[in-house]
Amino acid sequence: MPVSERQGQKVWQRRERSKQLTIWFAWLSGTALFVFCWQLISEQTQWFFVWDAPRIAADIGSRMLPPRWSYITELWEPLWDTINIATLGTMLAIVMAVPVAFLAARNTTPDTRILRPIALLIIVSSRSINSLIWSLLLVSIIGPGVVAGMIAISLRSIGFIAKLLYEAIEEIDPNQVEAVTATGARGSQVIAYGIIPQILPAFAGISVFRWDINIRESTVLGLVGAGGIGLQLQASLNVLAWPQVTLILIAIFISVLISEWVSAKVRHAII
Amino acid sequence: MNRSGEAYPDSWRPPPFIKNPVRRWLLVLGIIVYLMLAIGSLEVNWMRVYEGLDRGAKFVLAFTDPNFSKRWTDISEGLLESLMMTVTSTVIGIGISIPIGLGASKNLAPLPVYLFCRGIIALSRSFQEIIIAILFVAIFGFGPLAGILTLSFATIGFLSKLLAEDIEDIDPSQAEAVKATGARWWQWLNYSIQPQVMPRLIGLSLYRLDINFRESAVVGLVGAGGIGATLNTAFDRYEFDTAAAILITIIAIVMLMEYLSGHIRAWIQ
Repeated sequence: MPVSERQGQKVWQRRERSKQLTIWFAWLSGTALFVFCWQLISEQTQWFFVWDAPRIAADIGSRMLPPRWSYITELWEPLWDTINIATLGTMLAIVMAVPVAFLAARNTTPDTRILRPIALLIIVSSRSINSLIWSLLLVSIIGPGVVAGMIAISLRSIGFIAKLLYEAIEEIDPNQVEAVTATGARGSQVIAYGIIPQILPAFAGISVFRWDINIRESTVLGLVGAGGIGLQLQASLNVLAWPQVTLILIAIFISVLISEWVSAKVRHAII
Repeated sequence: MNRSGEAYPDSWRPPPFIKNPVRRWLLVLGIIVYLMLAIGSLEVNWMRVYEGLDRGAKFVLAFTDPNFSKRWTDISEGLLESLMMTVTSTVIGIGISIPIGLGASKNLAPLPVYLFCRGIIALSRSFQEIIIAILFVAIFGFGPLAGILTLSFATIGFLSKLLAEDIEDIDPSQAEAVKATGARWWQWLNYSIQPQVMPRLIGLSLYRLDINFRESAVVGLVGAGGIGATLNTAFDRYEFDTAAAILITIIAIVMLMEYLSGHIRAWIQ
């Protein structure tokens, strides 16, 4: 127990002195780093605009209300596109992510030296790059439209689904796999009867969870031209039609709430 | 043959995932109908896609030969700005998240405070960073400050929610024991709640640092500072070699951060 003596009296302390010093040093360097970064950022900031912000915020707020409800007739089709981008993108991602997950899981990968690192690299690359950047890339390659958004969503989702799925595969009960192998099953039969039944609930949960995230992400892909309700948002922002922006934000908010509710229901039903 | 004269089954099928057959077939039918409608409403300009394949191949090839040198000053400035935004926004975000997280835990806060804090969390979680960035750029002007505020705001929704859930899950007997010694509220918080949630809070903060870096690459697309603007320019000019260099750097930094945060987490626990 860390106890120090002060004037002949033993005093309890929470930590040893060296540990306490390390923690103080970590705090000191962290604070210094923060202050340093903040100063550099502050140099690049037009503080005049910042002090003016409350007035501008109030101004924009007053322009945004009331929302232009009649604009909703033009929003149904982009909303349908947004849902399609998310759903088809998720399905496409599942098709690509499942093999990657089986290659990345330690207990199912056929080759740990070459194939597993490649699978892990695919997962990391897909996860590090935001779906907006993927769609920026795809819009410049295959042109603007719903398809670019769909592929962007699926490329971003591969890493997420494959990572969670391969962790689920690594956590399966090996006894069941052994039992199926002992009946003389082939490799494909072992996967079908020994592994898949064990990961199916996790798999369904992961897919629905990702679908929910994808609905959120697909609402903004239109900002870079990849279809969906983001296109309308961009168009309204460009002409400073703030009442329309409000309505679009409300539409996004409601669709996100609904998708969250659906995904929570489905995951609850599975588990 | 068993006693009632029925043959024992000689084949076996795995039980279906959804037991109710009506529900199962309705689900399958629904999915098929939806897929037909959804794919039918896709408008694909195949000529454009075909022309794009060439550019796509060029982009993939660019990854084998990324060009770091041509726009190195832009890349390094953008990256540095992204990293600074990451650090400042994570620190500010954590600073705001902790009180809100305390307020959003049912076992600590009175009901009005609880509802207020949960409301902030719900608001922060339901909008994408980029939408908030657009609003903040409109309000605070172009530059990294709008990006920092965006990322800090997004951090609140993530960190406060998970912190509040963790506080709600603590072992109440420890809190009671400290309270029984006659501790004041602050001492109670510091000696019974904080040690229980600290490892998870640090883990979550490191994870959020990682997310904030990835997001800081995106908010630049709408003028909120960081590497995103450089990346956008590179794509607009079809400079795929520069874009590949930026993407490779982002992936490398994310991998490095994941590696470091794994070590820090192992060291703390």
